[in-house]
Amino acid sequence: MAAQPDIAAAPADGLAQAQSDARARRRRWLLLAPALLTIGLFGLFPLVITLIYSFLSPGTYGGVTWEFSTNAYTQFLFERDIFDDTLAFSTTYLNIFGRSIGLALVATIGALIIGFPTAYFIASKPPEQRNIWLFLITLPFWTNLLIRTYAVLLIIRDEGIINVSLMQIGLIDRPFGMLYTDGAVFMGLIYSYLPFMVLPLYASLEKLDFRLVEAAYDLYATRFQVLRRIIIPAARPGIIAGCILVFIPGLGAYITPELLGGGKKLMIGNLIALQFGSSRNWPFGSAAALILMVVVMAALLIYVRNAGKAGVRHG
Amino acid sequence: MKRTTLTLGMAAVASFTLAAPVLAEGKLNIYNWGNYTSPELIEKFEAEYDVEVTLDGYDSNETMLAKVKEGGTGYDIVVPGDYMIKIMIQEGLLAEIKPNEMENFSNMDPKWVDVWWDEGRNYSVPWQWGTTSFTVDTEVYDGDINTLKLLFEPPAELQGRINMLNDMNDVINAGLRYLGYERCNGNVEELKEVTDLLLEAKQHWRTMDYSTIEKLTSGDVDLSQNWNGAAMRAREQRPTLQYAYPVEGFTGWMDNVAVLADAPNMDNAKLFVNFIMAPENAALISNFARYANGIKGSEEFMDAEMLTAPEIVMPADAPTPDFVKPCPQETVDLYNRIWTRLKG
Repeated sequence: MAAQPDIAAAPADGLAQAQSDARARRRRWLLLAPALLTIGLFGLFPLVITLIYSFLSPGTYGGVTWEFSTNAYTQFLFERDIFDDTLAFSTTYLNIFGRSIGLALVATIGALIIGFPTAYFIASKPPEQRNIWLFLITLPFWTNLLIRTYAVLLIIRDEGIINVSLMQIGLIDRPFGMLYTDGAVFMGLIYSYLPFMVLPLYASLEKLDFRLVEAAYDLYATRFQVLRRIIIPAARPGIIAGCILVFIPGLGAYITPELLGGGKKLMIGNLIALQFGSSRNWPFGSAAALILMVVVMAALLIYVRNAGKAGVRHG
Repeated sequence: MKRTTLTLGMAAVASFTLAAPVLAEGKLNIYNWGNYTSPELIEKFEAEYDVEVTLDGYDSNETMLAKVKEGGTGYDIVVPGDYMIKIMIQEGLLAEIKPNEMENFSNMDPKWVDVWWDEGRNYSVPWQWGTTSFTVDTEVYDGDINTLKLLFEPPAELQGRINMLNDMNDVINAGLRYLGYERCNGNVEELKEVTDLLLEAKQHWRTMDYSTIEKLTSGDVDLSQNWNGAAMRAREQRPTLQYAYPVEGFTGWMDNVAVLADAPNMDNAKLFVNFIMAPENAALISNFARYANGIKGSEEFMDAEMLTAPEIVMPADAPTPDFVKPCPQETVDLYNRIWTRLKG
């Protein structure tokens, strides 16, 4: 007799279980919905428009006309010769992409070299002091990027603080031209994106068990060996995350090359902007934006796959 | 401290609620070039007609066109350059407001009435007009400045000290003039020569940027392609600057006030168009941005230094400014390729 309520209860339990499962699922979707909607509406939908536009023909005064065309993509690699109208391979746009990728890479490496010791320094401080250091790292974000970049410009220009002080000391007698060079853009990029490098590096290094470092020293490891075999493997996820976070915005940077580079050489971001402005070629602008995205995704995939393998080997 | 904030906050709220009914009479939304609209002019219009004006800015004709073409901007007034007026009329983006039948139309200088971009003025009225040439620091270079040679084959003291406008048409047109070729040129042989000239000259240019006043006054460059009003504003801070009238020629332009076809506040927009044709109001525009306007009698109300400024009053022997018409699409495509190669 005592078993009967159990038998009756079992299906009821199952039903209740299924109901609460369904409710949990529904709740999960409901909670996800704002994020999915935002990404769909403001991420995927514009991307689809960009894709469609890249296969249309440019309108005379901007916009597009609804005629299918792959010109935007052929234009990227080939150029109709101004002289005899033959299609010839052209490196103009590849050069622009190459320059942008090169600068973003160099800036990433620079940020890593500066950011790594910084993050290590913070991670090796007592926990109660770390927050102050982290706060100082994030402090620049309180001001708009445009204003910070402008401040850099004021410091390094011919009549800026550095040149004026150097001339007053008598070290130089003419201003030393720092502004409007690739070096200025490189410096501006490192400055803008350094916190993106330091923060993930710190997150990794913070978890490092410093007893491992001590143990390595006890086993007669040199300082370089400790760095290479203990610290860098532990920081690897942070290095990867930091490099990605600096490289990608660096590649698409618009303000920094425009202000500090003097606008003489196009970067990818400026090239794309130009197509929607005075060049009046929206399809080409769309195509260039998509090509940039594909390049970044491919680089990321290769990077993540290699990093994954390396991680397994070390694990 | 806390009390002060609270009082201030309450005062702000109070002023809002008090001000709202007074300002609610009408609205006008103006879309003009940045740093180009006299605040005094706007205040005067608001007071006179009890209209609340909002102002928004753009940095090129093309940016403005792209936005307006999408429609539904809510703007009433735009201030396109000459060739852009022509394009916008063709595209049906402007309202035919018939300024030529308005009360203050008789003030317009007759030479600006039958212009190629709006014959007889059925759509637009002058805002300001000026020239695009270049400014040189005569302390750095003391030779003859009235030649485009300074841009394309600069003397040693100006090499690496030059800013060009970041504008395809202004740079290519200057190159065409220097070589003596026609503007809106579709001749590929001649364009090839221009391309070579620009590529060769580029090594001597330090920057290509629109912010000419700042580039000159900060000492970043000693020569900059420039508009005459900007040249005057720069000279006020660096007196050794001089505006050149090159013998090879230079660009003339006029920005014009027009009303969008889908303007939500059509009546207020028409009031504004009539308002700025009054000489005392046109003078306010010029006193702020330092360009000439096209309204007779406005000189009386202008700042004294504007009447004698060498940037505004052209010397008698200067060439006539060249108002460049919009080029056919094939030519624009060629220009685009030259421009990309130049900056690639």
